[in-house]
Amino acid sequence: MDQQRETSTFGMWLFLVTEIMFFGGLFCAYLVYRATYYEAFVAGSQTMNIWLGATNTAVLICSSLSMAMAVRCAQTDKRKMMVILLLITIMFGAAFLGIKGVEYHEHWVNHQFPGPNFQFEGAEAAGVNPQNVQIYFSLYWAMTGLHALHMIIGIGLVTWIVIAGARGAYSPDYYSPVENVGLYWHFVDLVWIYLFPLLYLISKKHGG
Amino acid sequence: MATAVQATVERENYLNVDYSLKSWLLTKDHKRIALLYLISITAMFFVGGFFAMLIRLELLTPAGDLVSSDTYNKLFTMHGVSMIFFFLIPSVPAVLGNFCIPLMIGAKDLAFPRLNLASWYIYMIGAIFALTSMLLGGVDTGWTFYTPFSTSYSNTHVIGTALGVFIAGFSSIFTGLNFIVTIHRMRAPGMTWNRMPLFCWSNYAASIIMVLGTPVVAITILLVALERLFHIGVFNPALGGDPLLFQHLFWFYSHPAVYIMILPGMGVISEIVPCFARKRIFGYEFVALASIAIAVLGFLVWAHHMFVAGISVYAALVFSLLTYLVAIPSAVKIFNWTATLYKGSITYDTPMLYAFGFIGLFTIGGLTGVFLASIGVDVHVTDTYFVVAHFHYVMVGGMVLAYMAGLHFWWPKITGKLYPEGWAKLSALFVFVGFNLTFFPQFILGYMGMPRRYHAYPPEFQVLNVLSTAGASVLAVGYVLPMIYFVWSLRYGKDAGPNPWNAVGLEWMTASPPPTQNFDVTPVVTWEAYDYEHQDEEVSVGH
Amino acid sequence: MVLTGVTVFASLIELGDWNIVLALVIATIKATLVVLFFMHLYYSSKLTKVTMIAAIFFLFLLLALSMTDYLTRGWITNPVR
Repeated sequence: MDQQRETSTFGMWLFLVTEIMFFGGLFCAYLVYRATYYEAFVAGSQTMNIWLGATNTAVLICSSLSMAMAVRCAQTDKRKMMVILLLITIMFGAAFLGIKGVEYHEHWVNHQFPGPNFQFEGAEAAGVNPQNVQIYFSLYWAMTGLHALHMIIGIGLVTWIVIAGARGAYSPDYYSPVENVGLYWHFVDLVWIYLFPLLYLISKKHGG
Repeated sequence: MATAVQATVERENYLNVDYSLKSWLLTKDHKRIALLYLISITAMFFVGGFFAMLIRLELLTPAGDLVSSDTYNKLFTMHGVSMIFFFLIPSVPAVLGNFCIPLMIGAKDLAFPRLNLASWYIYMIGAIFALTSMLLGGVDTGWTFYTPFSTSYSNTHVIGTALGVFIAGFSSIFTGLNFIVTIHRMRAPGMTWNRMPLFCWSNYAASIIMVLGTPVVAITILLVALERLFHIGVFNPALGGDPLLFQHLFWFYSHPAVYIMILPGMGVISEIVPCFARKRIFGYEFVALASIAIAVLGFLVWAHHMFVAGISVYAALVFSLLTYLVAIPSAVKIFNWTATLYKGSITYDTPMLYAFGFIGLFTIGGLTGVFLASIGVDVHVTDTYFVVAHFHYVMVGGMVLAYMAGLHFWWPKITGKLYPEGWAKLSALFVFVGFNLTFFPQFILGYMGMPRRYHAYPPEFQVLNVLSTAGASVLAVGYVLPMIYFVWSLRYGKDAGPNPWNAVGLEWMTASPPPTQNFDVTPVVTWEAYDYEHQDEEVSVGH
Repeated sequence: MVLTGVTVFASLIELGDWNIVLALVIATIKATLVVLFFMHLYYSSKLTKVTMIAAIFFLFLLLALSMTDYLTRGWITNPVR
């Protein structure tokens, strides 16, 4: 059983490798355009709400903590505690998505979604080309959107193991689904740990 | 003899254990999944071949008279998309790799059998998207989907085709993931890394590329689709974007992708040459390490597709140098195969004929690649038929020949039947002659300046184009014949027995076709790989 | 958690170009801790560790080699014939 557990975990790590490269393409695009259009990126990032972003970062880190503790409970046969911790994880995940939703709404009503309706009022004041700011927003929506999609999938996965776990499917001998979902969850957290400073904290000038 | 035939017919194997359609469509047996892939990719091969035929017919005459230029753009795009994404990339790994790797390492199946089946279904869904787009009117951006044409200006079914490729990419990723885990964790007792067949090493290296590279093209295609849908400007210069960023991201995968295609093919050759030369392969460790080196170095050279696109001269210098380096491990392999032949006892069965073809044609293709690595030469011949000839030499002269070699080599193991050797040799001859007649003139055409992706050309190029089309017809015969005789052999072929080639390797130690669980008893390996001298001694002593 | 607070605070400090470096360093420290301890990489087999390092290496390759183009474009103009 040990061999099987290590094998499935290795499989999950490999999958995470593919996810790193998947997001990596977006990070590459980000790097290139930030280097080329630095001021536009500063202007764009100033419309981000750092406090919401920071809260979200804290929320995700807490959810990773509860997830890691849940895996530990699975290992040590504390089923009830595991279920509670998994539910807390889901709660944190939902909170993250809720806060993100608030942010998205804010951006949407300010015409900050790329496309024909895009508008950026402060462009001349900041001395930047609104097209370049649009690129910042394209990457913002693409990167956070893809991240949010992975969060939703993650919540789905955790829901699955909460249900199975509540029914007693896992034991100290067999808890690899819990461990592997945990790995996925931590990965999604990791992506956000990088997204936050890159998208929100570009420069010192912040309107909040 | 009659009793032996009867015994083979009655013994249960993976094919006859259950004949129902459901058992095939819900199978978790890697051998059956390999056959499912065989059918799908053969179909996509002929789809791609159909487009190739139309291209060559158009190019018989200098004027653009068979199809309009828009249609021609669609033809070469769809030829490229079906051949590259739906035939070449899955071919050896998904068919021969899926079938042989567990057998070669002494395992019952791959590490994740259900993921394997999912891979096939995902491939099929991707293929359906792509085929539907083709039927609805096609795509004209070139298989390379360069922006901003693909994102902003093309009015063809870009998103449908791109989605098909995106989905098929996941099939590739999961197969690669499966292989890596299998090779690490499911080798039989005694099967150390250094005793593993080189075919496994090559597939392992190719799987590393699949896992690391494919996600990047996936996100790139996703961005193209988003850009088309929402008119964002990530790759569009009119909106501040950089079309070269697309090219960087695209080629970051697509160059290593060609190594995904060729490495498993090289692995096939590494199995066949020792068998038909009756000699241990020369320099086993070097061939194994060369596979890994190709995989790693292959990731460092992608911008050699962009020398004239507008990248900085300094970047071009860096990539040119790295491209020269990546040729070295491939050359190492060619030297090793050739050295294996020295003082070997060579027989010229069909797999070996294809292997010889591979060694010669891949060398030509590879060397012309080195010409292209030189920026000065590349500027002159880029986007001409020289490049087309180069990659067809390595892809068709190399990869497809290796695939055919592998199919013939393992056909007795897969089906338990022997194909008709005479017809097979004739086919191989058609393929070799047809191939060279098709593509060698294209080197000359390209050097003389005929551009690629144009449906009309100056009249002085006609003779060479006619030769090329004639060659294509011969080549087509060489591809159709095996379809016929392989199917014929299923019913009328001689029974093969477990080891018709007297080859070394765990897959030859089990019955043909193998039982579902591959081995009745898990083998324990105590001998080195490619031990052909002992094999021949034992066989002669046994008689 | 503490580090998150530090990150935000750090962004408000005027450091010019080095701001991003500091923010990324902090992010990387956070990430390393998550990977090592939440994801148990510290306790995992050598194979898993090598796999992670390989992934990061290849991502780095993508970013670094692409930047060799973008950073050097202004250095020299191709002579016009």
